[in-house]
This record gives sequence, structure tokens and C-alpha cells, in this order.
Amino acid sequence: MKRMKRKHAVRMVPYAILAAIGLCFVLPLLWVLVASVDPNAMQTLKMPSRLTGGNYASVLSDGGNQRAFAIGLLMSLGQAVLVVLLALLAAYPLSRYQLKYKKPFMLTVLFMTSLPITAVMVPVYQLFLSLKLYDNVFGVVLFYVASSMPYGIWMLKNFLDAVPADLEEAAWVDGASVFAGIRKVVAPLMVPGICTVAIFTFSGSWGNFFVPYILLQSPGNFPASLKLYQFFGQYGMADYGKLAAFSVMYAMPSIVLYVLSQRFMSKGFGLQGGTKG
Amino acid sequence: MSSIAAAVPGRTRKNRTWIYFLLPSVAIMLLFFVYPILLTFFYSFTNLALTGESAKELKFIGIDNYTHMFKDPTVRTGIWNTIVFLLGSAVIGQQVLGFLIALLMKRKNKTFRRIIGTVVLAGWVTPEIVCALCLYSFFGDEGTLNAILGFVGAKGIAWLYTMPMFTVILANIWHGTAFSMLVFQAALDDVPSEIEEAAVVDGASRWQILIRITIPYIKDSITTNMMLVTLQTLGVFGLIYAMTGGGPGTATTTLPIFMYNQAFVNYQLGYGTAISLLLLLIGIVLSLFYIRSMKS
Repeated sequence: MKRMKRKHAVRMVPYAILAAIGLCFVLPLLWVLVASVDPNAMQTLKMPSRLTGGNYASVLSDGGNQRAFAIGLLMSLGQAVLVVLLALLAAYPLSRYQLKYKKPFMLTVLFMTSLPITAVMVPVYQLFLSLKLYDNVFGVVLFYVASSMPYGIWMLKNFLDAVPADLEEAAWVDGASVFAGIRKVVAPLMVPGICTVAIFTFSGSWGNFFVPYILLQSPGNFPASLKLYQFFGQYGMADYGKLAAFSVMYAMPSIVLYVLSQRFMSKGFGLQGGTKG
Repeated sequence: MSSIAAAVPGRTRKNRTWIYFLLPSVAIMLLFFVYPILLTFFYSFTNLALTGESAKELKFIGIDNYTHMFKDPTVRTGIWNTIVFLLGSAVIGQQVLGFLIALLMKRKNKTFRRIIGTVVLAGWVTPEIVCALCLYSFFGDEGTLNAILGFVGAKGIAWLYTMPMFTVILANIWHGTAFSMLVFQAALDDVPSEIEEAAVVDGASRWQILIRITIPYIKDSITTNMMLVTLQTLGVFGLIYAMTGGGPGTATTTLPIFMYNQAFVNYQLGYGTAISLLLLLIGIVLSLFYIRSMKS
């Protein structure tokens, strides 16, 4: 009897440890969620006396904040679309043709995916000054595109390798051109891959702080990440409620897109069914 | 397949249209990625500056930036801080915690796994500036952690002043552990349960199984993950910058923050570039190891 009790207790140990870890992870997040609906939020996590949407309303109604969200959205969307288009174009010959320098090229691409972007920002700043792209939102988009292009090419090439060539060849035999083959046969099968790349590049730039911090100067050009940082510094830590509301709204796209990406990723594994039957 | 390939005009080897497919992406990578990397090498040997006398005329100054760098005591502090931050938050912190979570979650209640997994992932998915804010307030003087300490009768600590490095290490563990957790969950799923079961039959303890069987079995995942988390952590700027600004003093000034301060606060772009070259070289070496591990 005693032994069974002990055995039971031992079995509960992992649960207890995991619960403790989970608690450590959840508390900081819980604070930002609760503070965002608390009319007098403080630095510590506490039960709000009453719930309010006022923090959200005042953050949302501010023109500067709206602008920052719009710019952030524009930059990340622009980047995601361009990366997917250009990387898809590049991935196609890399996956389908026998090219002489394919292997070293792909290794270089893989190498570039892992380099820390932080390390090149000082020369990029200098480059932007000389190209007159400094403090230009579209310039930042171009840099984002370049910095996530290796990832896009690597991923889409691998996704494309998984789309059987027979399907496309069947379309060609039926008289379709290479482009029509890509558009009508390859692209639909690539939807999970395209979505994965789009989501990860979008989230990457949406959450990025350092790149716009270096390449943009006028507050009117700031995306949401810089605006939040500015908010953080300017009003000090006085207005926790609004700060938290801004944070939650700013974090939301990243979280929602991650959840979506999981759906696409699991679908991606079922891709092999394309040539069956 | 080859017969069809020969019959279709687009697939012959002589066809060069694929060049146009590759051109736009290669061009943009060359201009905005490869070129800046080459510039890093070049500028680090110049007196490039934003203001002052040297801003007017770009001059080659040989290895002056580097000799300056090795004499500069703050550089040594920066390198030391970076090593502590890398070891503490990535190599040890995220990896050990990620492994522990993955290991403990194995064969546990599904709902429970999902809840813990979601909470850990949330910290990873959240943008770094929001993480910085959440953890700044968590560790703040009036923050949640001190409130809990007060509740159990302990005295609060000014975390960000008395142990700033430890605090930003914890913050980065909080932000990054999910990645290691995912890698190790996938790796542990691949360990055949028969081997472990056989070891249990032979009378091996849990600890022995872990050390002798499980860890050796997933050592490739550990190596790859180690390099990836180190690379990710090497470039961390916003999280530390927003929480402490590199301070108090230079207590949390890692190389990225030091580089930023030299280039954009002191306007010494050439010197800042020399520091970024140091970062880049560490990154290049780690990336080469990473590719080698991927190739095999």
C-alpha cells in the first residue's frame, strides 16, 4: 500500500516540474493580457477591479498608432509577397533542371540562411545612405526581401522537390507551356509551402526591431515594432494599460499566423497523394 | 521520365531560360546581402565615420581598428558578456530546459502536453519587443516576481540592477526555449522505444538509459540545435536593448549592442564595422559547421 502510494507520487513528479515550468512561462504573458484590460494597470500582475476596453480604444484611435500598424503591415506583406514570387521563380529551375553549379549554389543559400543579420547592419546602413534609400520604407522592404530570400529559396526548392514532376509533364504532353504548368499544376500543389514561407517571412519582419531601427529615422515611417519601443521609452512605464494593449495587438498577427502555419505544415506532409490513382 | 523530358522543349540542357528565373532573386541577394558582407571586410580597414574630420575623407587605416579593438577594455567586456550570454541563455539555458520539457512531456497526458507546449511556444512566437516588455515588468521592482517573493515573505530584488546579465539570460531563455523543445521532441520521437524497453528489462535505471542510450542516439540533433540556437542568440539585440539598453554601465553590453553604440552613438562606423566583422566571423564559422552537419 505504502509502496503504491510512493510509486504514484513518483509518477506525479514530471507533472509537477512541467507545471512549474509552465507557470514561469505563463506569468509574464498573463500580465500583458490582464493589464491590457485593466483601467489602472500596474507593473505587477493583479486582478483588475473592473474590465475595460478603454486601453485598446485609445491605442486604436491614435492616428500615429494606426499609421505604424499600417506601415508594419505594408512592409511585411510586401516582403512576403515578393519573397514568395521571386523564390518560387528561382526554386523552379533549381528543382527541375540539371544545373552545373546547383549544389554549391544551394549550399551557399543554406549558409546564408543562418548568418546573423545583426552583423551586416552597419554596412547596410552605409549602403542605404549611398543609394538614397535611408529612411525609406520601401528600401527596408527590399532589404527584408534580400535577407529572407535564402530561406525562401531553400524552403520552396525542397517543397518543389516533393511535387512529382510527372504531373507537370503530363500537362506539357497535353500542350501546356512551362509557365502554364507552373501556374496550373505546380502552384496549387505548392500552397502549403507557399503559405509556410509567406507566414514565416511575414512574422520575421513583423517582429523585427533592429532592421527598421537602423534604417528608418522619421517617426512617421516607423512600423509597429519601433512605435512600441518608442512608446516604451517616451511615456516611461507610466501607462501600463495602453502599453499592454498595444503589445497584445502587435503580437496578435504573429501568434495567429503561427497557429495557421501549423495547419499548413501538417497538410504539407500529406502532399504525396498527388500522383495516386 | 527521360523520354518525356527530351520531348519537351523546356527541359533540354542547352536551354538557358532558367537564368532569367534566377536573376531577380540572385540580384537582390547580391546587392543587399552579399555586397554588405563584402563591405564589412572593406570598411573595417577604414576610418569611416558619420561626423567629424574623418567623415569627409575615407582613408585606409590598415588594421588600426583592430589594434584599437584589442586595446579597448570595453571590447573585452563585450566579448565576455557575449560569451556569458551565449552559454547561459542558448547553449545551456534553452537547450537544457528545452530538452527537459521534451523529455518530461513524452508519453504524458495529451491535454496537459498541449497546455504546457502552447505556453512555451507563446513566448517564442511573441515579437521580441513585446517579450522585452513582458519580462521587464515581470522582473521590475514592483513586478510580478517581487510580488510573489513578497507574498512568501522574501525580500524583493532589483533584478535589472543587481543581476542584469542573469535577468536578460532568463529573458532569452523564456523567449527561445520553444525552438529547442520542438527540435528535441521530434528527435526523441525517433528514438525506438524497443531499445529503451530492452534496457529496462536488463535492469538499467532511468538515468542510465538517458545517459547511455537516449542522449547518444539524438546527439546529431543536439549538435545541430546547438549551432542554430547559438547563431540565433549571437544576433540578439532588441530583447537586451529594450530591457537594459546594455546597462547598467556595460553589464549587459553584448557585441551587437557594443557595435550599435560605436557606430550610431559614437558615430565611429569603421570601428563599429570592425566589431560587426567579429560577429560575422563567429557566425560564418558556426554556419559552416551547421552546413557540414546538414550535409552528413
